[in-house]
Amino acid sequence: MTTVHTHDADAGGGASGVENFDVNDASLNRFDLVREGARRDGVEIVHYAPRFPAPGTKAEKRVERSIALLLTLSGLLGFGFVAAYIWWPFHYEAGANPSKLYTPLLGLGLGGSLFLLGAAIILWAKKLLPDEIAVQDRHDGASPRDEQALTGATMLNLVDETGIRRRPLLKAAFLLPAGALGLAAVAPLVGALIKNPNSPEPILLNTGWNPKNNNGNKVRLTREDGTPIRPEDVSVGGQMTVFPGIPHGATNVWADSPVLLIQLREADAQRLRGSIALAMANDPESRPVEGMWGNFVAYSKICTHAGCPASLYEQQTNRLLCPCHQSQFLITDQAKPIFGPATRRLPMLPLELEDGLFVAKSDFLEAIGPAYWERP
Amino acid sequence: MTPAKTNRRRRLDLAKVPEATAQGIDERFQVATPLRRVFNKVFPDHWSFMLGEIALYSFITLLLTGTFLALFFDPSMAETTYDGSYAPLRGIEMSKAYETSLNISFDVRGGLIMRQMHHWAALLFMAAIVIHMFRIFFTGAFRKPRELNWIIGLSLFWLGLTEGFAGYSLPDDALSGTGLRIADAIVLSIPLVGSWVATSLFGGEFPATEILPRLYILHVFLVPGIILALIVVHIGLVVKQKHTQWPGPGRTNHNVVGIRMFPGFAAKGGGFFMIVFGVIALLGGLLQINPIWLFGPYKTAVVSAGSQPDWYVMFLDGSTRLMPAWDIHIPLGDGYTIPAIFWPTLVLPGLLTVLPMLYPFIEARLRRDKQAHHLLQRPRDVPARTALGAMAIGFYLVLVLSGANDVIAEAFDISLNATTWAGRIGILLVPPIAYYLTYRICLGLQQHDREVLVHGVETGIIRRLPDGRFMEVHQPLAPADAHGHGALDYAGAPVPKKMNRLGAIAPAVRGFFFPIEKPATPALPPAATPVSPAVPPQQLEDAGTQQH
Repeated sequence: MTTVHTHDADAGGGASGVENFDVNDASLNRFDLVREGARRDGVEIVHYAPRFPAPGTKAEKRVERSIALLLTLSGLLGFGFVAAYIWWPFHYEAGANPSKLYTPLLGLGLGGSLFLLGAAIILWAKKLLPDEIAVQDRHDGASPRDEQALTGATMLNLVDETGIRRRPLLKAAFLLPAGALGLAAVAPLVGALIKNPNSPEPILLNTGWNPKNNNGNKVRLTREDGTPIRPEDVSVGGQMTVFPGIPHGATNVWADSPVLLIQLREADAQRLRGSIALAMANDPESRPVEGMWGNFVAYSKICTHAGCPASLYEQQTNRLLCPCHQSQFLITDQAKPIFGPATRRLPMLPLELEDGLFVAKSDFLEAIGPAYWERP
Repeated sequence: MTPAKTNRRRRLDLAKVPEATAQGIDERFQVATPLRRVFNKVFPDHWSFMLGEIALYSFITLLLTGTFLALFFDPSMAETTYDGSYAPLRGIEMSKAYETSLNISFDVRGGLIMRQMHHWAALLFMAAIVIHMFRIFFTGAFRKPRELNWIIGLSLFWLGLTEGFAGYSLPDDALSGTGLRIADAIVLSIPLVGSWVATSLFGGEFPATEILPRLYILHVFLVPGIILALIVVHIGLVVKQKHTQWPGPGRTNHNVVGIRMFPGFAAKGGGFFMIVFGVIALLGGLLQINPIWLFGPYKTAVVSAGSQPDWYVMFLDGSTRLMPAWDIHIPLGDGYTIPAIFWPTLVLPGLLTVLPMLYPFIEARLRRDKQAHHLLQRPRDVPARTALGAMAIGFYLVLVLSGANDVIAEAFDISLNATTWAGRIGILLVPPIAYYLTYRICLGLQQHDREVLVHGVETGIIRRLPDGRFMEVHQPLAPADAHGHGALDYAGAPVPKKMNRLGAIAPAVRGFFFPIEKPATPALPPAATPVSPAVPPQQLEDAGTQQH
């Protein structure tokens, strides 16, 4: 198309155009119809010009060639994707081998193909579609007052028709099924999901170290593979993650039970003993927390802040760091939180030796892990 | 000839098929008028209007890749022993969810790229939402009549965050489980009912065996369904209320100036979809993300340093890290606790949901503004709002950085505790400083616009006067008065500040290796360039007379 269509927006517009316009007038070209259609839709095409007024110029050919090149490359990459998807080895194998390139090849093929296709379409739209400025009326704001009044009356009449206002008996009676069915809608969801944390047993207080999970016997400290632990297994200043020696004790079934067993250096152990003695002296009512065996101490590994394992052990500073929110606990002061958002100590697991093997004297004396409203 | 015979003899005229089909459709559905309205709908064009499109296209990519993943994923928490292709994990006990995630990564043809595309698309989806929200806020596009769409947009952010968190939890790797463990602690912290809600959601004490199947149905059905519905309403409202536009020549509060939907706008949109999709595919294929096989299955006793959530949750992780250890104890009966974690993880998001949703109404009330606005504002023209936005971004950035304070501490060899304190102090200091600086910058930019309108554009030409003084020659933008001052009013549109914006310098010659056209001649011959009061370009005159 070589004609340059330009049109100055006429302020009036005018409904007269609609009547005078004859769609079947043979002298009108197709764009006249387009413009009239737009006008009837409240759109004025005020500027409309081909990008290349003289067809077949060097510049136009160049744009065409660029787009064709992009489309060709896109197609080739797309086929490349399909070919790689089918024929490239995809099963994981250790070491350096072609299967490692499977995903990158798919990405290059698919991504490259889509990207170039998109680039081609946009280039087409920007360089070849006619340059255009169209102006549309907004027709914003509220509906005409009349319309509002008519609709309002219809809605109010709707209420009147039911007569709900002068039939208070029905109004009251209707509330019954409304309420009942409202509850009925909620009941299955709440009723089926709800679970009492305290019944049949207080699950937030019970951990795998409770003897009742071991037929009343004290629970051994074990490694992840279930082997028990002797004092000589932990070096001085060393630590070890231990689990209750009960079935599934090292799995997520007993997610509240992992414990960090630490053998303190002599001076640090003295410091901890002093801290415990001081706490007992200050508050004789407090539940006994002395749970050390020799220089060994065991703390719950579950952070009292958000429940991550507080397991990064800084041997030199005697701190335990939780990597989630950086709470830090001082081992030599009953795992008191000394930095970060945690507010409570890591509970201590009372230790004992039975037949030369570590066991828990009892369950933790308080709830482990994050705090909650009624936490004792 | 009988009509029946004619019918039998009629041949299929291929040229007439489109017309006949169109006729047939219109006879049944009467669509000619509404269809043409759709074709002719005018959209304004500006680069900043495509940010929301990125979110939309990412979401479509998420639906496509997510459907593929769902065909191979099993959210069961039942224990199983891995026996797949990835040798390092063979023989390890893990949940079915983690096993099937590994299978998708190693044993499903093209499964890994789908997983990685899904994850990248999720990150891009949230990023596009946030940037799009900035655009809406700073240009005042949320003002009447678009308050509802602003609220829907904010809801989409929070739904996207929920959806992303659920998806992050599903593979049941070490990071997933750690995230869920923290979620459990957050739910536990709700006053009065925390332990009941947590136990009910998880179906027992953490982690129990219910949470993944429940998150799964949320992730693949409920939340995406709601997101999809809200996106439909969101875009429907944009169509119904028509897009906002920047002030400029011929643009008023009562019209939309742009291009018609078909073919121009649709082609650009469709092309852009392909580009977004393509970038996600490139990211998914070339850049590894969430290599779950390196993390191992979730075990409560195992965590690694540098555990970070996806970026869009990081600000909440940051707020949790910065929160001082302030439990509230209520000495009634046996004693009750409001854990410190309650404030940064539940109260803060609550505030961050409600306050922005109310913002359009608060601003309208404070400005006593009941008008409908369809023209966007330049951020500099509304310094208080822009400064508030900068303040919010400052607040947000401190939280995001604090969510990575351990990584920062390690990378830059800073004390970890110092970075926490920097965050705690920064969260109080950065927002007011951001507010003040932004406000001053806005005023400065406003002033400079006025200055150019009055005195003209700096030409870079220094003239020495006979008495030895130097002065710079300015090019006025409009005929000047007796004092040499221009008479243009500021119209909310960008003011040209360089001579080549006025056509004083010829446009660059086109062509990459060699010119493909003859260089255009400058609008003004070089000798005549900027000295005399030039005729103002047409668009300036228009802009100057357009008030809104």
